Amino acid sequence: MTFDQFIDIALFAFLAATAIAMLRANSLFAAAMLSGIFSLLCAGLYTVMDAVDVAFTEAAVGAGISTVLFLGTLALTSSRAKAQRTIHWPALFMVFVTGAVLIWSTLDMPLYGDPNAPIHHHVADRYIEDSAEEVGPPNIVTSVLASYRGFDTMGETTVIFTAGMAVLLLLGGPALMAPFRRKGEKGAEATSEPAKAPSKTRSGKGDT
Amino acid sequence: MFIAATLAILATMVLALVRAFVGPSVYDRILAVNAFGTKTVLLIAVLGYVTERPDFIDVALVYALINFVGTIAVMKFHKYSSLAGPPADRDDFADL
Repeated sequence: MTFDQFIDIALFAFLAATAIAMLRANSLFAAAMLSGIFSLLCAGLYTVMDAVDVAFTEAAVGAGISTVLFLGTLALTSSRAKAQRTIHWPALFMVFVTGAVLIWSTLDMPLYGDPNAPIHHHVADRYIEDSAEEVGPPNIVTSVLASYRGFDTMGETTVIFTAGMAVLLLLGGPALMAPFRRKGEKGAEATSEPAKAPSKTRSGKGDT
Repeated sequence: MFIAATLAILATMVLALVRAFVGPSVYDRILAVNAFGTKTVLLIAVLGYVTERPDFIDVALVYALINFVGTIAVMKFHKYSSLAGPPADRDDFADL
């Protein structure tokens, strides 16, 4: 067992212990705090696997924002869980079956870090070898985002722009909406655009 | 030496986890989460040296900042029961 494997095993053991403690905690405040620890452990594991950007997002969203949102929810509701000690056997069975299927489906995946894995040879070879001539910039990630995946990037930017505009319109209130109102439409409600933008935080872009 | 440091950090993580699990008070848990965040930062920084990529230390520094902000938010929440800050009519410095 190498040292890396030892760290992986230790972090996964902490992760499992945290998850079980979170399930058994009756105080929801404790559960929210434990979920922060869970996110930090995930971030550590991602860092060990060299996915520093994913780890960073996990730490910011999981340990930072969502803990705060949990606490904000607790302020509006009760902070104790309802005692529920009966076990719902069909649900437990379904969870085990789903978990077993997921684990079984990982068995024929290539090993972690295998340089011959299909994901590393689908289009990456062409990006690495030809992007300097085909697109130009020395940074391959720039070429991929701005040219090979240009439409995808444009869609992403549109989504983020729309989300920003919607938030601005919803929070800006009547004063901001005034220029967009027709005359004689006094006191009309600000257009209620859906502010639900799909969160793009974990899309994993830039991992290439 | 870095390997010994990693082992020591993992041991400290266990201690912080135990404190977070058993509580019993709210402050124990807040402190445990804060300490655990610090241990994560240290672990990432030391792992960078174990795997001979010291650039991880930049990432670790940013984690330290997030950890700090998160703890501030939790403490503020616990004191005022909301994230908006103290009510307008409240004078925190009355007894100073």
